[in-house]
Amino acid sequence: MSTSLPPLGRRHFLGYVLGGSTLIAAADLGLADAPSAFAETSARVPTPPQIPELYDLNDLLADAARPTANLITIVIREDGTATFALPRMEVGQGITTSTAMLIAEELDLPLDKVEVTLAPARPELLFNQLTGGSNTTISTYTPIRVAAAVARLALLEAAAAFLGDTVDALVAKGGVITAPSGSSVTYGELAGKAASPATRQVEVQLKGEESFTVIGQPTNRVDAIDAVTGRKEFTTDLQVKGALPTMVCRAPTLNGTPRRVRNLAEVKRMPGVTHVVQVSTGVAVRAATFGQCIDAVRALDVEWKDGPVAKENDASILRRLRAAQLPMPALPDTPLARTITGDFTFYFRSNSAMDTNSAVADVRKDRATIWAGLKSPVVAQQRIAEKLGMRPDQVTVNVVTAGGSFGRRLFFDGALEAAEISKKMGKPVKLMWHRADDARVGRGHPMGTCRVQATVVGQEVLAFNQSLTCVETDFRHGLGEIITAQAADLPAGLGNLGFAETIFALTQEVPYDFGAVVQTLVETDDRFNTGSMRNIYSPDVRVASELVVDQIAATMGLDPLAFRRRFQRNPRLLAVLDKVAEVGQWGKAMPAGTAQGIAIHKEYKGVSACLVEIDCRPATVGRTIREAVTGPRVTRVTYAVDVGLAINPRGLEAQMQGGINDGIALALTSSLHLRDGHFLEASWDNYFYTRQWNTPPQVDVIVMPSTEKLPGGAGEAGVAATFAAVACAYARATGTVPTYFPINHKELSFKPKPVVPPIPQSPTNGLAQTS
Amino acid sequence: MPKQKFILNGKSVTVDVADDVRLLWVLRDRLGVTGPKYGCGINVCKACTSHINGKAFNPCAVPVGRLAPDDEVTTIEGLPEEVAPAQRGANGLHPMQEAWLDRDVAQCGYCQPGQIMAAVALVKRVRREGREITDADLDTIRNICRCGTYARIREAVVDGAGRM
Repeated sequence: MSTSLPPLGRRHFLGYVLGGSTLIAAADLGLADAPSAFAETSARVPTPPQIPELYDLNDLLADAARPTANLITIVIREDGTATFALPRMEVGQGITTSTAMLIAEELDLPLDKVEVTLAPARPELLFNQLTGGSNTTISTYTPIRVAAAVARLALLEAAAAFLGDTVDALVAKGGVITAPSGSSVTYGELAGKAASPATRQVEVQLKGEESFTVIGQPTNRVDAIDAVTGRKEFTTDLQVKGALPTMVCRAPTLNGTPRRVRNLAEVKRMPGVTHVVQVSTGVAVRAATFGQCIDAVRALDVEWKDGPVAKENDASILRRLRAAQLPMPALPDTPLARTITGDFTFYFRSNSAMDTNSAVADVRKDRATIWAGLKSPVVAQQRIAEKLGMRPDQVTVNVVTAGGSFGRRLFFDGALEAAEISKKMGKPVKLMWHRADDARVGRGHPMGTCRVQATVVGQEVLAFNQSLTCVETDFRHGLGEIITAQAADLPAGLGNLGFAETIFALTQEVPYDFGAVVQTLVETDDRFNTGSMRNIYSPDVRVASELVVDQIAATMGLDPLAFRRRFQRNPRLLAVLDKVAEVGQWGKAMPAGTAQGIAIHKEYKGVSACLVEIDCRPATVGRTIREAVTGPRVTRVTYAVDVGLAINPRGLEAQMQGGINDGIALALTSSLHLRDGHFLEASWDNYFYTRQWNTPPQVDVIVMPSTEKLPGGAGEAGVAATFAAVACAYARATGTVPTYFPINHKELSFKPKPVVPPIPQSPTNGLAQTS
Repeated sequence: MPKQKFILNGKSVTVDVADDVRLLWVLRDRLGVTGPKYGCGINVCKACTSHINGKAFNPCAVPVGRLAPDDEVTTIEGLPEEVAPAQRGANGLHPMQEAWLDRDVAQCGYCQPGQIMAAVALVKRVRREGREITDADLDTIRNICRCGTYARIREAVVDGAGRM
């Protein structure tokens, strides 16, 4: 298959029964629904449609997949189960569950009889094996259903022959097909009978939304039992023969490199240690246990070459950003106009997950096998082959479920490093980054500034300019290739900046009628380990917008809700806004030092609104908890989201709850501090992601019934509106509009751990701390 | 090489490993018991939380040589056996695990074994103090969840406490 097939009409699609000894049903992964622009209404000084309203990042990803797509297959086994290898990455966002639901729905099979695994790297899929941009469900919704419908039809045809009846007379339910006579046959019994000796094309009709019994029902995760029993396997849990624990000793400055090891022989003799080798990123140690790797890494005496930001710190990077800022576009020269401005700084943040960067690699002379949590496995396979001097087909890349991503696993640096180490040692390795490495050398959201200027005349906004200037966001993980291929006509050059500009243009919009709206991006510094942290540009952009929106509202004498209701320009946005205002009791009396904040966001074909309550009173801010940051506490969050068709509302609610905690962290507590060329944070008690003592005791997520027939993106939709609402609430509670985020960044709330040795020793007093 | 003896999930085990290797690595790298997760190695993230003689502890901070032969270590794998068969739920699991399933708490799942082990110990602790779980007790849970499942954890701990 090199081209996808056009839909035959609403819900009619072509698929295949593949030749084989059991039933294999297939569809073209490129069968995504065509992009559709949302109808917009405008009553205020209208803003012409912005790019994402007509064609957004998800349309781009779906279109990029279309011409290069290949077949995805559902196999029916003799035990009556259906299996499907999803060419996407499960990192906790719940796509194996929602995918199993699609198959169960279209195949009339109980959910527990559907097994969804993760496909290894399939180079023939080209760019259609990338997990990102909240795009998984958008791009796989139709093709997976078509494959399931093909399987169902083949089973019905086989059952008709077997039961001596016609397809139309049969009823398929729960994995059993029953004839009017009462005789029946199971899918398992039909698996072989429905098999086709040769591949044939069939036309199927998908179920109508009105007959859904699985899609749209709140459903628990299919991997939940494995998760709560400890059976769920992550990369470092895999038992690959000979793959002993391996860690890397890293430089005292970010991305520094080793010159030589002064005590190689000595470290090689340490207990448990089998190998010590110098690699491009540091010095790798392989030992019987990770504990012995930690000992060896700490014992290594290495001469280092400084990394590219050796002398830099937060202040010097901020100066570079300021110097790179472009003049703001001119505002309308109107008598009586008031100009309202905002200028905000956002410090570096980490997207390090609980499951640190890890990979198992077994590199032999003529082949290599890799296991890792990878969101871009095809590019990983190509780059690893390049590094090993092999052809891509000599490298097998297995995709393993990962313990979180938040954008981190778009990169395959751990897999690449493990391959290099395995080759140099001539042994299989199980590479694990120490938490300190993951925090300091891992990926993060780049530091940036965001300036906003608005022109207000009376009760109208005539113009709204916003300019984001930031350290480069690294898109070199393969998303780049898609955009190179797909966006050549857009007025951006090639190179990472072009990709960044494209992503920015395809995701950002101001969801209000503010007359002439201009949003620009400048990226300036490519020396850091950055990436698309959950929701990429939106959190910072929306915070800057919504804080200025509250100030505009104040000059007009409107309250934040009334202003947003008046100037928004999308009926779905109005609905979520009204919903949070009602459920969250907007405008209720609040004690001094506490306040509500409200914000909206529109992206990835979805809309969301967030209403928070924050407590900034001294008794709350001054709480003391050992090795922790307390500060203002968000005490209540009400979140309404309309992502279009919600495949699994329970999973969607979970994604919003997670995004809410991300937004709170971004506003109040979590950032990286750059000092002397290295980030200081080396632990979860240094990098202050939201903890139980910061999380709101009351969280209400409302999944809106949607007017949209298709699913939108869900994985990132909770972050931006929460971040903005918390910022607005903080400004209202304290009477001070913050100018940098997180608000605690300028107090260093921990004692930094040393950079030599690069990782801390494990304590020994655990038995004195039982509870 | 010293022989290390302790009781793991109800069975006596013996491992040849140096005294100073932290128990987490003995469990994971030598015994293949991978329910306790590595998240920091310095007793901060609590992803490896397990039980020793019925109380929560973190094996990343315990040199294996400090264990006595009669010390009972329970990891998430052995948690169901901490209660009588009649107290186990529909899936044959500990009441806290069952609450976790009903509330669909896990997202990526990586921290969840530690969260559940900490939750069980917390409930036992407040019971020893003769009271029920409060919001303030829930605020003391140090186990980090980077997916931000805190709201459902709080609901599940209270739910699980009611079933214990």
